[in-house]
Amino acid sequence: MEKATVHIALFAALIAALGLIPKLMLTSGVPITAQSMGIMMAGTILGAKRGAAAVALFVALTLAGLPLLSGGRGGLGVLAGPSVGFVVGFPIAAWATGWIMERLHALPVSIAAGVAAMIGGIVILYIPGVAGMALMLDKSWSQAAMLITPFLPGDLIKAVITAILTQAIFAARPASVFSRSGSSL
Amino acid sequence: MLALTYSPQTPLHALSAPIKLMALSGITTALFIIPTGWASMVLGGAALALYAAMGSAFLRAGLRTLNGLWPFVVVLGLWHGWQGDWDGGILILARLITAVAFANLVTMTTPLQDMIACLVRLLHPFRRLGLNPNAVSLAIAMMIRFIPVFMARAEQLKMAHRARSHRSGRWAIIFPLALGMLDDADTVAEALRARGGITPKD
Repeated sequence: MEKATVHIALFAALIAALGLIPKLMLTSGVPITAQSMGIMMAGTILGAKRGAAAVALFVALTLAGLPLLSGGRGGLGVLAGPSVGFVVGFPIAAWATGWIMERLHALPVSIAAGVAAMIGGIVILYIPGVAGMALMLDKSWSQAAMLITPFLPGDLIKAVITAILTQAIFAARPASVFSRSGSSL
Repeated sequence: MLALTYSPQTPLHALSAPIKLMALSGITTALFIIPTGWASMVLGGAALALYAAMGSAFLRAGLRTLNGLWPFVVVLGLWHGWQGDWDGGILILARLITAVAFANLVTMTTPLQDMIACLVRLLHPFRRLGLNPNAVSLAIAMMIRFIPVFMARAEQLKMAHRARSHRSGRWAIIFPLALGMLDDADTVAEALRARGGITPKD
């Protein structure tokens, strides 16, 4: 249990640290941050249950008042703002990413991680994200979806980087990729 | 690590966290079930008055926390201006800004440890599902401690990368960063276990 707890805390901190990396501007002028990559990696490396726990820990401390969301946002105001769906969806996305990763154990790690990150970290995350935006801004789902399409290219790049990183970590420290080692400490 | 709490004490700091959280959920619910621009604006005025009552420095700090909403104000303004639906736009914006302002008010006047205490109390029912509150408290403390360790390690790696390459290397450091931290995690887990480990839930 010690090992699981430490890894959960570690990934929560990793997601926070990635949010502090300065934004990178795409040529379209849309900023991309590394934070959602941390969500994907929590799923591909820790697996469904622990990945979701790590992300839930990160979200809980953000809401409690640590300015850890990219751009230095945090506090309860996040729950009342337009991006509420993404924040609430983060743990769900990590869980889905990990769940898919665990199911794809027959595939090479990089491909499994890429597929899991794209479905869990983008498709599944965008559902509550769009719903929250539609609700908060009183728009239809398709109008809200339009607002977030500019972020799609950046998220696809992040899913690819997640796949590469997960593969590299698996090659260097196979025991640390819990979604593969199947250890239930 | 700087929390979002406003450091000089105000009368609102003295209120207990559960009371503020309950008041907040009441106000937010009211904002969403009374969908008229006027009600939102009256509540928004009340929020503004509360901020102002805590002093002008507090008011300025509070207004700064709303800066993140600008992109949405612009998008909504353009959309509703184009549709000619000004009333609708004003209603949505008044509701959004008011809800966020009240939530930020609670965040600004409640110390982080009080919030964490509320959080841990809220998790109590989940003990039946196998959640160990001792593990949760430990994970919270470790996460807060890990963040500056991560930042220091990232800074080191960035400098090492800069010494070797002319590129900024922001993203190139993520892999060595993650690998180093995973190794540290194993050491920390071993150290925890050597010291008796996490107390099992009763």
